[in-house]
Amino acid sequence: MEHIELFFKSIFIDNMVFATFLGMCSYLAVSKKVSTAVGLGAAVIFVLAVTVPINWLLDQYILRDGALVWLGEEYASYDLGFLSFILFIATIATMVQLVEIVVEKFSPSLYNSLGIFLPLIAVNCAILGGSLFMQSREIPTLGLALNYGISSGIGWFLAILAIAAIREKIRYSNVPAPLRGLGITFIITGLMAIGFMSFGGMLTGGDEETPSLDSNPENIGVHSEDIQKKNIETAQTVEVSTITKQ
Amino acid sequence: MALLSKKDSKLILDPLADNNPITIQVLGICSALAITAQLKASIVMAVSVIFVLGIGNVVISLMRNIIPSKIRIIVQLVVVAALVIIVDQILKAFAYSLSKELSVFIGLIITNCIIMGRFEAFALGNGPWRSFLDGVGNAAGYGLILIIVGFFRELLGSGTLLGFKVLGDPISKTGLYAIGYENNGFMLLSPMALIVIGLIIWVQRSRNKELIEE
Repeated sequence: MEHIELFFKSIFIDNMVFATFLGMCSYLAVSKKVSTAVGLGAAVIFVLAVTVPINWLLDQYILRDGALVWLGEEYASYDLGFLSFILFIATIATMVQLVEIVVEKFSPSLYNSLGIFLPLIAVNCAILGGSLFMQSREIPTLGLALNYGISSGIGWFLAILAIAAIREKIRYSNVPAPLRGLGITFIITGLMAIGFMSFGGMLTGGDEETPSLDSNPENIGVHSEDIQKKNIETAQTVEVSTITKQ
Repeated sequence: MALLSKKDSKLILDPLADNNPITIQVLGICSALAITAQLKASIVMAVSVIFVLGIGNVVISLMRNIIPSKIRIIVQLVVVAALVIIVDQILKAFAYSLSKELSVFIGLIITNCIIMGRFEAFALGNGPWRSFLDGVGNAAGYGLILIIVGFFRELLGSGTLLGFKVLGDPISKTGLYAIGYENNGFMLLSPMALIVIGLIIWVQRSRNKELIEE
């Protein structure tokens, strides 16, 4: 059950593009044609599906506070959390190189059409963002991490596919000249994001706030002052507890 | 400017307007949008990026002759990641609640396309001083858009600026609220960031016709 919940939540509610704006650069740059968009989207799903579980293992057994305990008791007090950026990005860069080699070998036409954007997946925020959200949302098991990687990849894929289809059609419309190209794409994405917000009540039946609200800085101070207060309180308690620890 | 030659000051001033990284080069949009609901977060983000890009450009430019071109992306990522870790640790030490608010978005500076874009396009081919100026200029252009968006979203969305109630108090109905003004809570939601940037692009391109796309 929690797998299904996470799956739909990552695709629709916490959609990479529309809720957290990750991977916008390649989203805007590669969405001129549906066929290239499909290729890049598939590559993103694949890379996310590989890197999120690997980074989950790294986080669980190396980076977390006390994660090194499997090496022996004397390592139990180590907290390597500050290294997570560098380790995550190293994993991602390696995996992207691998994907590049595989795609070049098996589908040269896709390789040519992706061009410069394949190596740029390494610096696609969606990929690193997937791993960082996996860490900050404390996904509990390896299976769920894999699920999270795949489903947020699918969410990104859907987004780029939708905008590419719209941009192919919009070429025939009479858009005001200064808005042509980039400007109108931004505004359409904004409108699509508003549409995607309506998925927010999907898992809760609309009775309560979606769980993503707390983790998304965007929403702090948005929905009723209670949440804002709660956030401030939790921030303060965390602060106090860290101070007392020291 | 006496301090900088004409060519050098162009490096700083160009990205602020006609070659802005966000509205013209389409770089670094990811993190630009997610944290602009409040002006304070936007300013912190802008300063962090200026720091990372300024220093990072100098480091890459100093190393440009010894980096093998095949592994340059990984070298660049390591340099940025190290700088971002410094920023992250400083924020955690001195502004803990703010760093909670920015959550993963500080980490995402690593994959901010502006940074890699400037490394590739400028620092790999120019000396340290010029690269520094280019880095600061581009990051400032990015920060400028961030601050404009943050300004409007916080002002129209919650009626405050940096937390000060500039439009009066919505609860006790003072200032503008006394004559029936209401906050537009919609401005705080994420989609509005996109639309605000879309509008900025519209204004910029209608003022400068050369920037219009076919």
